[in-house]
Amino acid sequence: MMRRTDFPSDGQLEQLEQTWADPSGVYGWFMHVDHKSIGRRYLVTAFAFFLIGGVLAALMRLQLSRPDNTFLDPDLYNQIFSTHGTTMMFLFAVPVMQGLGIYFVPLMVGARSIAFPRLVAFSYWMLLFGGIFLYASFLLNAAPDVGWFSYPPLAESLYTPSKRADVWAQLITFTEVGSLAVAVSLITTTLKLRAPGMTLNRLPIFVWAQLVTSFMVLFAMPAVMLASTALILDRLVGTHFFDVEHAGDALLWQHLFWFFGHPEVYIIFIPGTGIVSTIISTFSQRRMFGYLAVVLSLVSTAFMGFGLWVHHMFATGLPQLGESFFTAASIIIAVPTGTQIFCWIATMWSGRVTVRIPMLWILGFFAIFVVGGLTGVMLAAVPLNTQVHDTFFVVAHFHYVLIGGAVFPLFAAFYYWYPKIVGRCLSDRIGASVFGLFFVGFNLTFFPMHVLGLHGMPRRVYTYPAAMGWGNLNLLASVGAAVMACAVLLFVVDAIRALVAGTVAADNPWNAGTLEWATTSPPPNSNFPRLPTVSGREPLWENPPNQPVVVGLRTDARDVLVTHVLDAEPDHRLLFPEPSVWPFLTAIAATILFIWSIFTPWGVVYGAIPVFVTMVGWFWPKSAQEGGTPLWPFAHRTLPRPNEAPAGGVI
Amino acid sequence: MSDVRTLDVSALPPGAFGSRTLTFWGTLGIVVIESTVFALAIGAYFYLVTRFPAWPPHGVAVPDLRWGTLNTVILLASLLPNELARRAGENVDLGRVRVWMVVCLIFALGFNIIRAYEFAHLNVMWDHDAYGSIVWLMLGLHTTHIVTDFLDSSVLTVLMFTGPVEEHRFVDVEENAVYWYFVVLAWLPIYGVIYWAPRLL
Repeated sequence: MMRRTDFPSDGQLEQLEQTWADPSGVYGWFMHVDHKSIGRRYLVTAFAFFLIGGVLAALMRLQLSRPDNTFLDPDLYNQIFSTHGTTMMFLFAVPVMQGLGIYFVPLMVGARSIAFPRLVAFSYWMLLFGGIFLYASFLLNAAPDVGWFSYPPLAESLYTPSKRADVWAQLITFTEVGSLAVAVSLITTTLKLRAPGMTLNRLPIFVWAQLVTSFMVLFAMPAVMLASTALILDRLVGTHFFDVEHAGDALLWQHLFWFFGHPEVYIIFIPGTGIVSTIISTFSQRRMFGYLAVVLSLVSTAFMGFGLWVHHMFATGLPQLGESFFTAASIIIAVPTGTQIFCWIATMWSGRVTVRIPMLWILGFFAIFVVGGLTGVMLAAVPLNTQVHDTFFVVAHFHYVLIGGAVFPLFAAFYYWYPKIVGRCLSDRIGASVFGLFFVGFNLTFFPMHVLGLHGMPRRVYTYPAAMGWGNLNLLASVGAAVMACAVLLFVVDAIRALVAGTVAADNPWNAGTLEWATTSPPPNSNFPRLPTVSGREPLWENPPNQPVVVGLRTDARDVLVTHVLDAEPDHRLLFPEPSVWPFLTAIAATILFIWSIFTPWGVVYGAIPVFVTMVGWFWPKSAQEGGTPLWPFAHRTLPRPNEAPAGGVI
Repeated sequence: MSDVRTLDVSALPPGAFGSRTLTFWGTLGIVVIESTVFALAIGAYFYLVTRFPAWPPHGVAVPDLRWGTLNTVILLASLLPNELARRAGENVDLGRVRVWMVVCLIFALGFNIIRAYEFAHLNVMWDHDAYGSIVWLMLGLHTTHIVTDFLDSSVLTVLMFTGPVEEHRFVDVEENAVYWYFVVLAWLPIYGVIYWAPRLL
């Protein structure tokens, strides 16, 4: 251990900032690889899709506000509810959570970059192009109209001869490629780029949640990619995977889809719980109660999440033994969630709670999510499930779970981290109104749907006759939707206002304990001019004043410290890639391939050529003259032998 | 600037091999994703088996063993030059890397060509029935892997001849070999299902 008083000098700081800067200008905009820039784009883009998906929801509520309404015709209504669900799941919920991960995981583990930054940039372009593709199709009257689950035989070419089901299937490919790539990057970042001293036992719970979610993505997303590929093959080249007349089976689709679809719920919900833990800890001003129990709950939820998928298929007439097993599994998964809720309550109970706007949303989350959880336990029972199958009761349930479990924490996260990302604060006063309107509007919208469902109102039907007597509750739900829309609009206005006119944020305005608050708001290009080390779970609360900082990384190159998986001991240094336009070009090439393949299988063959060319361009190193790394002296080996101990021995 | 304690990492090496590298964990992530795809495809196969009384359905002939088995042997044999290329990478030995990667590519060319014969001797077309569909899908999935592995190994090999060769490219050589192991080993269950399941069921 050395003592220095001169690091880093102003000159070094300036050089470091330049080294880690993304290029400016229009062309440079397509080359960004900074995880903060990509993370911001993810958040803004996903939120934009949330707004668009919300407009579609508002159209549906308008249509359903009174019986026998003719505002939307059935065909358009089908496209709207399918596109609404697809948007909210694939273009909003998963990307927005991953966007938070992209922005905050590197900051929370004390790293200068995310692992594989160019891959993350590529993922962003895939998300954007996928979303544009879906909505271009919508405007061309070719949006999916077979639900966000696209069940065969309805989705087979015999019953959907248009391209609508193909649009859905390829949107899946776009977004899943992106999600998988981000998951790999987040896992690697978490395991290999942590600040020295941040053992797994000191990993922030938000990062644990992102890690667990990323592993779920790796195992869940392939199922829907395989399924949607099989669907396209059925439609395009005449395979018979889901065709009963040719030894296929339509239920195979449901198994594959829900093997993805149920974990998907937890892929959205687990990052939400990570946000809840983080914010509760900060606003109770104490370490999380039951850290180990919470982490194990996250992990066991992830495992159990893969054993529930059949409860989406209770109405298909499966063997009773199978149904009983999945009923039991669906009830058991309430246990780890209950454990987490207990730990949150205990943290607040034993801490000094201050209720600021983020905390308000967390309290809202408790109320909403518990209601959704209760109807979840009800739906796990086969008799009740069969009774209310495909009714608005299910719509009410999953909106309570998903909006309660993900959107409430997400708004909490927006209020909590907006000062860090932007450097300015959102308004407390407007924030309270946004919360109040959203909470009331949400309950007005979705609570009546429980009753409507029990009265037998079916989902996915564009209208209902007046004689059913569902008019009043539907009108109430539509009024609630208008209130929610006002809340979201108010939030957007405040977010735009605060960009320029918000109060300037301090580096750590909430007096939080995790590392993202150890740097300026917003963080500099290098994240941490003085790279931190860590001696506790909440470094800003627990690090002693003379906690060492890392020195010895180059300031003239993107030099990153790589650490060991378990104990985060320093292992080696690594030069990270420079900004590049190739991820953008590769995404363009992949987009051409995906869209082309809707029309002819040859699109896959010929479309693969530009993908290959762009990937070679991405991979190919620049020579030293072009600004690449200089050639290493052949005679002198600097890399360690595989089993050699790290040369430093520095701690 | 106040007095700060520091942790000096300047003496650490500028890279590493094996599970210490980021590339290894990235490769592992890809392997997990693709293994899941293979496992689900195999799961779908056996699900379809339970849906139909006879297998293969409709009296279709089972796939010929010859080409698939020959290819299995070639794939397994390619593990030897692959391991030698991996070790040459770890030893930062440019000469040997060049030799063994070229040998690997010759193997890859071989099993890609024989793969065409495999398709021709499945004795069923993809649009005949769901059995044909799933068999073509599984063989197609694996073929995608051997084609892309051939292509990216070719790019890396060309780079090792033309340069610019940076030292950390040898880590790529090693990781390329790790992925090759996956592509070969993933074939064994696929081979078992395509060629032996219809015989044994």
